[in-house]
Amino acid sequence: MLEFFTQYPIAGAVIALGSLSLVFGAILGFAAIRFKVEGDPVVEQLDALLPQTQCGQCGYPGCRPYAQAIANGDAINKCPPGGQATINAIADLLDVEAPTLDAEHGEESEVKKVAYIREDECIGCTKCIQACPVDAILGAAKQMHTVIIDECTGCDLCVEPCPVDCIDMVPVAATVEHWKWDTPAASGAPAMELIATDKDPAPDTKPPSQSDRGEAA
Amino acid sequence: MRKTWDIPGGVHPPENKSQSLQQPLGEVGLPAELVLPLNQHIGAAAEPVVAVGDHVLAGQQIAAAIGLVSAPVHASTSGHIVAIEERPIPHPSGMQDLCIVLRPDGKDRWIELEPCENYTQLSHAALLEKIRAAGIAGMGGAGFPTAVKLNPRANYDIDTLIINGTECEPYITADDILMQTSPAEVIAGTRLLAYLLNQPKQVLIGIEDNKPDAIAALERAVAELNDDDCRIEICTFPTKYPSGGEKQLIQILTGREVPSGELPAAVGVISQNVGTAVAAWRAVRYGEPLLSRITTVVGTALATQRNVRVRLGTPIEHVLTQHGFDPQRCPRLVMGGPMMGFTLPSAQVPVIKTTNCILAPSREELPPPPPAQACIRCGLCAEACPASLLPQQLYWYARAEDYERLTAHSLTDCIECGACAYVCPSNIPLVQYYRAAKGTIRQMEIEKEKSDRSRQRFEFRKERVARAEAEKEAKREARKKAAAVAKKKLAAAQAGAQQDSRPSGKQQSGAQPHEGLAGDRQTGAQPDMVAAAMARVQEKQLAPQQQREKLQRAIASAESRLQKAQQRHVEASAEHQGKMQARVREAEVRLADARQKLAALDTATPAPAENADPVAAAIARAQAKMALSPTEKLQGNLTSLQKRLATAREKLAAAEAEGSDTAAALATGVAKLEEKIATVQTELNAAPAQVPGPAAATKTAATDAAAVAIEKAKTRAAAQADMSAEEKLQKQLDSLQHRLQKARLRLEQAEADNDAHIDALRSGVEKLEAKLAQTRAQLEDTASP
Repeated sequence: MLEFFTQYPIAGAVIALGSLSLVFGAILGFAAIRFKVEGDPVVEQLDALLPQTQCGQCGYPGCRPYAQAIANGDAINKCPPGGQATINAIADLLDVEAPTLDAEHGEESEVKKVAYIREDECIGCTKCIQACPVDAILGAAKQMHTVIIDECTGCDLCVEPCPVDCIDMVPVAATVEHWKWDTPAASGAPAMELIATDKDPAPDTKPPSQSDRGEAA
Repeated sequence: MRKTWDIPGGVHPPENKSQSLQQPLGEVGLPAELVLPLNQHIGAAAEPVVAVGDHVLAGQQIAAAIGLVSAPVHASTSGHIVAIEERPIPHPSGMQDLCIVLRPDGKDRWIELEPCENYTQLSHAALLEKIRAAGIAGMGGAGFPTAVKLNPRANYDIDTLIINGTECEPYITADDILMQTSPAEVIAGTRLLAYLLNQPKQVLIGIEDNKPDAIAALERAVAELNDDDCRIEICTFPTKYPSGGEKQLIQILTGREVPSGELPAAVGVISQNVGTAVAAWRAVRYGEPLLSRITTVVGTALATQRNVRVRLGTPIEHVLTQHGFDPQRCPRLVMGGPMMGFTLPSAQVPVIKTTNCILAPSREELPPPPPAQACIRCGLCAEACPASLLPQQLYWYARAEDYERLTAHSLTDCIECGACAYVCPSNIPLVQYYRAAKGTIRQMEIEKEKSDRSRQRFEFRKERVARAEAEKEAKREARKKAAAVAKKKLAAAQAGAQQDSRPSGKQQSGAQPHEGLAGDRQTGAQPDMVAAAMARVQEKQLAPQQQREKLQRAIASAESRLQKAQQRHVEASAEHQGKMQARVREAEVRLADARQKLAALDTATPAPAENADPVAAAIARAQAKMALSPTEKLQGNLTSLQKRLATAREKLAAAEAEGSDTAAALATGVAKLEEKIATVQTELNAAPAQVPGPAAATKTAATDAAAVAIEKAKTRAAAQADMSAEEKLQKQLDSLQHRLQKARLRLEQAEADNDAHIDALRSGVEKLEAKLAQTRAQLEDTASP
């Protein structure tokens, strides 16, 4: 065997390489089957970025179908509930230029809204229940319905079917629990890129705060 | 002296603690109104258990804790509940929240308290319940419910209790004064907490070395106690901001670092503020809920700066007015210290469980932050950070809203101490950025969670709708099948028995048409009609014979049914009379109908049969004739001729016997017939010789030859059509030459044989020659241009 290889080095090399390729081919083949990724991972990622309001404003019956459509090459700027943030995130994921929101599909709402049923006017027709994509409306035929606010995505789909127009989209009240600090730029702080000579000296202020504090100490 | 460790970073801002320590601990009188927010702690807000108009006593619970991480709220004094409404609360958002408003009656009457002389007799659970019921929440500033913190998960092995008397933030001296004025209570509270934590190995009270009086007082108290069960160590360490942070203090006293995202219990440490320890002690010893706290009231905008014991819910305005507050000099009110405190939206907000300091600085004392400038990347912030983070990087990422990177750079470990912003030479409000980014990340997490839930619900709904649809479809399918089967059955039954209900109305006389109709309706008018139509079609398709049989069968069954119906009609009770009658009538109608039909069929069928027969017979005969071979035909002819001959001879014989004058004519006829027979016979004889096979063969050969010729002509025509004019002429020329040659040959032969046709042949050859010449000229004409 060894003799054969020393005698015919080229043949030996060919055999060695051939057997190596066979071994690696087998490993790769096994890995391809064993670690096969089910479904399209891009669709999953896109779906995770979409706001899951299931409102259908994009023209697809829900967020996942739209994710599928994006994966198939549809425009990424059709999601008003997600707004520019979602468009940017999707553009980031797909490594494309982020377009602005397509106004044809609606405008980005500044405040989050939820549906609210004026309960004394509700006639119990269950039409809104059938329209709700996330089962956030509770009720039965000829019984008053109500919205589970925590589950409502604010998709608007229940407003139109209501025969007595007793559903309003009300902005979600800001609560102390959900409050967050504003970023300094947003809270009206002076522009950042000042240089020292630009400083507008405050009326009766002695220079920096540190020395001031030192004095107070 | 115990070994202490150092924390990274930290700053040394001016302490400003002496102002408030000049005077002893004071008291604040009853305000006109106490405002008690329902959420003074971390966790779920408490729920009111009193109604507007109720009279409450001091220490009475007015709002109950909801859930585990929550704390109840108690009335700070006796009085009436005047409102439960939204009021501004001390919160950086400046928002309003639900508060219980209490109007004191001035008597300050208390509820019956349940003192406990010896808490060691009580179980841990009972003690924790007491602490919980007292509404005690971390008084250092965070406000985490104490009972929850004192009940760590069983998998944490707690070996160290740290009582936090550090109070590192400038200005604040509330804990300092507490330790100075009631060291015994601090020690007692510490022992209680140690007892609750099953006497951990180390019980440490950490105090910065800038509070010598407090340290001395506590050391005295510990020495007095002289307790071997619980060794309390007073640990002092150099002053540095922010040593008082929970994680920082743990690191200073034990050298252990709390892992990112973990609780101190993960490294075996529980820490509590001194104020909390005292409150817990009082809750257990005297049964006293948390109704007041010590707050530092400080700032140059005040005439008096001191520490006061103030009832929870007291409006800050009330506290300030008692300290000579000058609103003109104070541009903003701060709750908490200058480093971590926040500006209050108004002076109307109340003092709550976490209010350790009310800072009313003048403009000179705490000027508004100067405008921020560009980051010069000096790195001072990184040096100052006690959590060893990279504030500069965090700043860039926060500005770029790169939340992923912020998380990767451990933004969550930022304790928002403000040391980085304090050292920043460009006055960048770094902590603001971090707070905002943290809030956004938290919000995104909440939204993510919600959207995940929405997705789940949506998917579930889709599945459910699909399932319902499939079920409906299956049902529809089943119903369709059942209907088809029923229809088939009905059709069969009706074809058998009912046949057609059309004439029923006319037939069954005007007598009871309504009942008949009713009967129809009973069986279902719709299927009846369909079935009738089908039956009609089937009827037409059926052969008359079958139809007749069917009708007969139908009559039989109808008769039997009629009988049955009549029988039942007789038997039926009065109430069913109408129905039965209808049925009888229906049966009668059917029977009559069937009978009539049968009659119609009987009369109708024979006629067409007779009409059709001769024609059909003739056709059959003709076909038979055509099928005969020539010989057979001849044979047939012969036999018929012979028959005719026989009859003719008979007639002739009769005529001769009568001596009629037609005899001669008959005789010629017979002769003619005989002649004809003879010719037919010869023909017949000749026919067998001409064997049918060869005859047919020749015939087919002839037709074949013709077909071939036709074929050839056709192909030639097709070929010619394809050819150009020149080619056509050429072809014609060739064929003419060929024919000429043949004709000449024949002429020669004829001349040799001296044939009669010699002249004709010669003229034919001449004609061909002429035609050839003509074609040649034509060809030349077409070729030349």
